[in-house]
Amino acid sequence: MFYRESGDFSETYPADSQTFPIKFDRYRYYAVLVVAFLIIPFIINDYWANAILVPFLIYAIAAIGLNILVGYCGQVSLGTGGFMAVGAYACYKLMTTFPDVSIMFHILISGGITAAVVTLFGLPSLRIKGFYLAVATLAAQFFLVWLFNRVAWFYNYSASGQINAPDRTVFGHLVTGPNTDAWAKYMICLVFLTFAGIVARNLTRGSLGRKWSAIRDMDIAAEIIGVNPLSAKLSAFAISGFFIGISGALFFSVYLGAVEVGEAFGIQKSFLVLFMIIIGGLGSVFGSFAGAAFMVLLPVLLKNVLVGGLGWDTALAAHLEFVIVGALIIIFLIAEPHGLAQLWRVAKEKLRLWPFPH
Amino acid sequence: MFPDQFLFGVEVMLNGLMAGVLYALVALGFVLIFKASGIFNYAQGVMALFGALTLVGIMDGQVPFAHLINSVFGTDVHHFGWHVPAFLSILLVMVVMVGLAWCVQHFIFRHLVGQEPIILFMATIGLAYFMEGFGDMMWNSEIKKLDIGIPQGGSMWIEEATSFLGGTNFYGFFIDKLEIVASLVAIVLVIVLVAFAQYTKQGRAMRAVADDHQAALSVGISLSFIWVLVWSLAGFVALVAGIMWGAKSGVQFSLSLIALKALPVLMLGGFTSIPGAIVGGLIVGVGEKLFEFLIGAPFLGGATENWFAYMLALVFLVFRPQGLFGEKIIERV
Repeated sequence: MFYRESGDFSETYPADSQTFPIKFDRYRYYAVLVVAFLIIPFIINDYWANAILVPFLIYAIAAIGLNILVGYCGQVSLGTGGFMAVGAYACYKLMTTFPDVSIMFHILISGGITAAVVTLFGLPSLRIKGFYLAVATLAAQFFLVWLFNRVAWFYNYSASGQINAPDRTVFGHLVTGPNTDAWAKYMICLVFLTFAGIVARNLTRGSLGRKWSAIRDMDIAAEIIGVNPLSAKLSAFAISGFFIGISGALFFSVYLGAVEVGEAFGIQKSFLVLFMIIIGGLGSVFGSFAGAAFMVLLPVLLKNVLVGGLGWDTALAAHLEFVIVGALIIIFLIAEPHGLAQLWRVAKEKLRLWPFPH
Repeated sequence: MFPDQFLFGVEVMLNGLMAGVLYALVALGFVLIFKASGIFNYAQGVMALFGALTLVGIMDGQVPFAHLINSVFGTDVHHFGWHVPAFLSILLVMVVMVGLAWCVQHFIFRHLVGQEPIILFMATIGLAYFMEGFGDMMWNSEIKKLDIGIPQGGSMWIEEATSFLGGTNFYGFFIDKLEIVASLVAIVLVIVLVAFAQYTKQGRAMRAVADDHQAALSVGISLSFIWVLVWSLAGFVALVAGIMWGAKSGVQFSLSLIALKALPVLMLGGFTSIPGAIVGGLIVGVGEKLFEFLIGAPFLGGATENWFAYMLALVFLVFRPQGLFGEKIIERV
């Protein structure tokens, strides 16, 4: 009744091929943007920013990046944690070496540096496939974490081996460091997420995205119909690395402020982001958002219910979280391999006919 | 000076060989499952952890889910107060592993037949998470001591017998008895597995399934039975690996990380080859210890063992994607 396409005519090609061709979807998208940019910053408080919204925004960027690689191009990567670390350490080095340049550029350049590193580790993908490649990306994960732990140049020879984000401002407002306001943290992440979402959405439905999908579905067949596997695979690695680097830079500079590499960017982080895109939906930008929201909310919810509500031990709640996450992964892979995004699509189909199903 | 350094190098190499045997033990479980069902079982290491946890739990008479029960009902139970002998406990754990294999087959992989390998791989990651949480909930997550009577400590006999080789700074090779036992157990296990696969009816059926699912099905082999069998075998191998690692460094979470070490072992040896798993294990074990000794510790700041195996596998794969002993990968459109 509310969600319908009747009377919604596209009269030009651009109108037909826009991102949200249905008017209702388009207005919903604008409404979400308005709420995110104009309402939430005014009502946000520290708890919501630090526990839910900022991690959600940052993980959503990482999930979009990984989804391009795994969901669209079919190259499984278990090195996300290490690649985020590249973004974080690149951002730290840039922030401390060029203190006068705006942090916005630092974050973008860290994305670029990460893209270069990820492309380097993506080179074996031309020879090896599937889980062979997945294990090869594990090499990146362990090597990078070791590198940032052992080579003192990366953490400016600080005694603790940690890196700490210095205070930096955007338009006169503090965005990093311990005295940052909740809304400023939220806004800078939101800006980057919006940018990442729009870029990813438009890349994946353009010619590059079609090439990636062709490689994912069968790379030999794709090669025969004229897709260059070298450029398609490496571009997926590079663009994925760019977004993951941005999220790593934000994760360090805006969210945590101080980072010890093994703790913040260990193998668990790689799995966390991978789970986000499996649960959210492989090959879907919306799925990256949904998965990130789900995986950020689940522990908070469990903690509030079990520890806060029932008075359980935190260790027990943590174990139960593992059980639930593992079970959910399996259930999603069996019941709905396309994840929350597919459930959303099905719901929309149902809504189009509702309340007259025939 | 030089001969001592050389002898130390030999000692490092020997220790690497022993570590390699343990890696090979974990890798063996991977190969078994991969050959028979095409599933790359990431949960192998967690199975080792789960087996070892259950073994300790049964031996000490811990109440399963004690923590959960106490939290829900407000009781205070933790131990039954009995001690089960090691041999009996191992038998019980084997029963648990068979049950686990049946559950895995019945609740997970039966529903995923015909899916892409990478989906199956991700399902095993989910399984690994599930079992990790489940094992911790069942037996709690403290570091436990596992003692089933395997001798431990350096072998004085070998030390004394070899001390004449070097000068005054050299006291003979230090080799842990536990590692010698582990190597012997691994060798026996491999012989038993190979004999099982070659000479028994079930073993032949297992190899048939590994060759071609449909052909095996058409001559009347029950796929689901073979898969349960294979998962049980992998469970036993995991249990043995869990016991050895658990006796060495305590039963704790990091046990499940050895599974990750087994991955480069497999990539070196090839996913489909049992000898490959063993040779790969030895190469990785010796390689990472020697690299740490010769290059890592003096020049790179140490702890290179974390990544050396992966890098070795990565470089190796670029030149030979199917591994040392793997079947040639043929792709068709």
